[in-house]
Amino acid sequence: MGSQGGFGQSKEFLDLIKSIGEARSKAEEDRIVLHEIETLKRRITEPDIPKRKMKEYIIRLVYVEMLGHDASFGYIHAVKMTHDDNIHLKRTGYLAVTLFLNEDHDLIILIVNTIQKDLKSDNYLVVCAALNVVCKLINEETIPAVLPQVVELLGHQKEAVRKKAVMALHRFYQRAPSSVNHLISNFRKRLCDNDPGVMGATLCPLYDLITIDVNAYKDLVASFASILKQVAERRLPKSYDYHQMPAPFIQIKLLKILALLGSGDKKASEQMYTIVGDIMRKCDSTSNIGNAVLYECICCISSIHPNPKLLESAADAIAKFLKSDSHNLKYLGIDALGRLIKLSPEIAEQHQLAVIDCLEDPDDTLKRKTFELLYKMTKSSNVEVIVDRMIDYMININDSHNKTEIASRCVELAEQFAPSNQWFIQTMNRVFEHAGDLVNPKVAHNLMRLIAEGFGEEDDTADSQLRSSAVESYLRIVVEPKLPSTFLQVICWVLGEYGTADGKYSASYITGKLCDVAEAYSTDDTVKAYAISALMKIYSFEIAAGRKVDVLPECQSFIEELLASHSTDLQQRAYELQAILGLDANVATNIMPMDASCEDIEIDRSLSFLNGYVQQSIEKGAQPYIPESERSGMTDVSSFRSQELHEVSSHALRFEAYELPKPVMPSRVSPIEQSSSNELVPAPEPSYHAEMHQVASSVPSVSDPGSLELKLKLDGVQRKWGRPTYSSAAPSTSNADIPKIQNGAPQLDAVSSSSSKAVSYDSRRQQVEISAEKQKLAASLFGGTSKSHKRQSSGSQKVPKTNIPAAEKSHVAKNATSDTAVLERTPQPPPDLLDLDESAVSSSAQSVDPFKQLEGLLDLNQDTSTLTTSDASASGAPDVMSLYGETTLNVQSGGVPNLLPAGRDEANLLSGLAGTPNRNGHGENTVTNPTQQLNKGPNAKESLEKDALVRQLGVTPTGQNPNLFRDLLG
Amino acid sequence: MGIRFILMVNKQGQTRLAQYYEYLTIEERRALEGEIVRKCLARTEQQCSFVEHRNYKIVYRRYASLFFLVGVDNEENELAILEFIHLLVETMDRHFGNVCELDIMFHLEKAHFMLEEMVMNGCIVETSKSNILGPIQLLEKAS
Repeated sequence: MGSQGGFGQSKEFLDLIKSIGEARSKAEEDRIVLHEIETLKRRITEPDIPKRKMKEYIIRLVYVEMLGHDASFGYIHAVKMTHDDNIHLKRTGYLAVTLFLNEDHDLIILIVNTIQKDLKSDNYLVVCAALNVVCKLINEETIPAVLPQVVELLGHQKEAVRKKAVMALHRFYQRAPSSVNHLISNFRKRLCDNDPGVMGATLCPLYDLITIDVNAYKDLVASFASILKQVAERRLPKSYDYHQMPAPFIQIKLLKILALLGSGDKKASEQMYTIVGDIMRKCDSTSNIGNAVLYECICCISSIHPNPKLLESAADAIAKFLKSDSHNLKYLGIDALGRLIKLSPEIAEQHQLAVIDCLEDPDDTLKRKTFELLYKMTKSSNVEVIVDRMIDYMININDSHNKTEIASRCVELAEQFAPSNQWFIQTMNRVFEHAGDLVNPKVAHNLMRLIAEGFGEEDDTADSQLRSSAVESYLRIVVEPKLPSTFLQVICWVLGEYGTADGKYSASYITGKLCDVAEAYSTDDTVKAYAISALMKIYSFEIAAGRKVDVLPECQSFIEELLASHSTDLQQRAYELQAILGLDANVATNIMPMDASCEDIEIDRSLSFLNGYVQQSIEKGAQPYIPESERSGMTDVSSFRSQELHEVSSHALRFEAYELPKPVMPSRVSPIEQSSSNELVPAPEPSYHAEMHQVASSVPSVSDPGSLELKLKLDGVQRKWGRPTYSSAAPSTSNADIPKIQNGAPQLDAVSSSSSKAVSYDSRRQQVEISAEKQKLAASLFGGTSKSHKRQSSGSQKVPKTNIPAAEKSHVAKNATSDTAVLERTPQPPPDLLDLDESAVSSSAQSVDPFKQLEGLLDLNQDTSTLTTSDASASGAPDVMSLYGETTLNVQSGGVPNLLPAGRDEANLLSGLAGTPNRNGHGENTVTNPTQQLNKGPNAKESLEKDALVRQLGVTPTGQNPNLFRDLLG
Repeated sequence: MGIRFILMVNKQGQTRLAQYYEYLTIEERRALEGEIVRKCLARTEQQCSFVEHRNYKIVYRRYASLFFLVGVDNEENELAILEFIHLLVETMDRHFGNVCELDIMFHLEKAHFMLEEMVMNGCIVETSKSNILGPIQLLEKAS
């Protein structure tokens, strides 16, 4: 019907569409569009173009933009078309401008007038078209121009207009809440609109409003619950039904609103329990839409004040989701599990294997969702396994957005739950190694701080052990190619502070490594700065210890290179290093005390130690210092700049302008160093100082312990690690794990390759082993509370001793104590047959033929759709509507709406009536499904006609465009 | 905000309809569409119909050669959006009769009009097929 009427297009237009449709590649399409742009540019400016023709041009412009090219040359013609009297042309013009322009475009001003006029039109279609544009193109400034009219339209007699007016107001609220604050009560009013469409639309702004201020809408809880009840009881017109569900999209919106209103509010929640429970029971879990509503119910249940019965049914629904073969449902199941786990942590246990399956599924979406779940259920007992898994996953993804998220989650979990500092450092190392450039620099400082502070109150031996192991790991890592800059900074800093501390490595060894780093990353100034500062520390420690310092030739050349560096920061560091090399032990100890990075530094902000020097200079005839306020006219460019820079680095030390010539090493200043650095550093110009600060602020905690201390302060960062009490198993586990984690990637490869080898070994054994692995993993993830797990773990510890191949024995024995990270390796004889069966069955069922099932789903949808349509036209929709109106009236008058007995009877009757054909329909669907009745009866003729028409027009289904004709639903 | 954009893209990655509910420049749109289509095409049929991309969650569904992709934010019910796509296709099917890619191409503005009735400000506002198609049929009569 529609298609025939709409084919009044010109041959030219059809040809264009045809060629675009047949384009084989993006390049070919681009050629066509570029040619089209040329044509349009010529044509569109011709005089006296018939309106119909112009409409076609406008649509061709839409095509040009849609396919990624600029059509701004034609915008004005779209704007002109909005003035047209013909509603079809006007609406096309409006559509084009909403697609072309954004709300800040200059041309908007030309449209506002038209909109104003159209909002007053007698033709409600014109008003609707204008309201559509209002929703897209009215910005904060132009709101007042249309606001009065929009408000007036809220009471328009046509429901379509009221609905769009509500949305226009919603849009104003989104753009500029203050402009419509006084009108918000209108949304409440429209909630009781006689028309379900208006009511449904009003839920959108109300949802936003409730999100912002829940308490202001608590009084509506009863109304929302009653509306939901009426919707669920099929009191809305049949046309809102979708696949036998009564107005599911409205139900979902209502459930979302209830979830907000009931959150943390027992009284409000109690008003919802019945209806949410009812909906859950009624939901048809064989259809997608039924499951969508079910899922929304679970979300609601997990948000409102907990109710044991509802929680139970939510758990059942989740179980169904997770057991389903559909990945979509599994995905929802995992998500729902993550929501419910806060309320009933034990629920995860029964789904252990399902969760592990999802975790190991090749589908990245599912995997990611499962990691989200794991993230939510991390605690100190399973943090090692989870973070380990997360890092493995992180290593293999390329998408930086995703990678950043996972990396920051790893860091967060590690900081929060780390069982030991050593584990924390190893974990951080892996994160840095693979995603160093993506994590927040703060994380690097946290890590350095941890290494510097150690256990805090604990004895020093543990601290130095920690540091030694850090140094050792860094020396191993540092030779690897292409490390991220942030990580290298940490490495350099740690090597500088603690490289020689335990006497295991000689100064020349460490300095050699540092020079290698600086050479390998010679383009990275920050790393070079860290490296030379580390050198400085090591040399001064050597001097302080009274040892003779021999500077390696490569170090010497590195220093020389930096002495001539373009970066004044690097230059200064090099000069300082050179100066230190010439000092005696006593001075060196003062400048660079060992292990002093955590000590407080007193900062003499008034710089009183310079008083003598200043006095001396003044006596010699120098100008006294004039504060900035007194010399406004004298500000020169450089001081101006430095001022700016100070503002930027306001979170760090604040130096006022014109303190510039004063010492550059602000902290821990001993007078000796002061003078020496002043003498040594050439060109102490203002701009120089400014630059120093720039660098210091962008490269925090680089050289001197002073600025390091300042940067590492990390106000507000909780001390999350430390020494909490852990379960007795944890420490031993982590000890056993260290070597494994240390060389992260290769080791892991080994694991996977060994397991894959095992897999190819024997298909039967494979099943066994995989499930054993999974169970082990499950046990480590979900803790040892479940019965089955206990059985497994006892089995795993006993069995290996008797059963395993000799080759693997030693390995198992080594790991026997730790039942967390090393689990995958442990081979196991067939454990729980029941569990095994389950996983085996589910996996095989999964692989059966998903296409078939999908097809079935589609067919079902399709059949039901035709059913719905016929139902809708047949049944007495108006009756139900009037009924709806009646009840909403009740809502208005009675406050808390309860359904009148009469109304209920009617409703029952109606729903009974409506229900029977539906149920029949449903039964039919399931039965007739295999018959694959694809063609929708009345449409077959139509489609033939359409086909013929298209052929007439010159578009034939050739090899080039077979798909263009494919029935989308077929 | 809910829905951020609705796209119809064919297997070759050619856009057949694009409606954004937040402003993106042409270049941004082009890049986004390319990335998303590549991502979705790489997936098998039994995998989830949801993909995370940048800060969007993409819900997609394939009909014959045409992909319907809806970008949503985190608060949306993915499965409901998946069914919303189907509702859209059903609605177009009712209007065009056995809707195919070519119908959408020839009647781009009408497909847009339907979307305008169904989605405003990124929210689903109308799901009754007769309410969606009513104004469009009147429009046809008028012209």
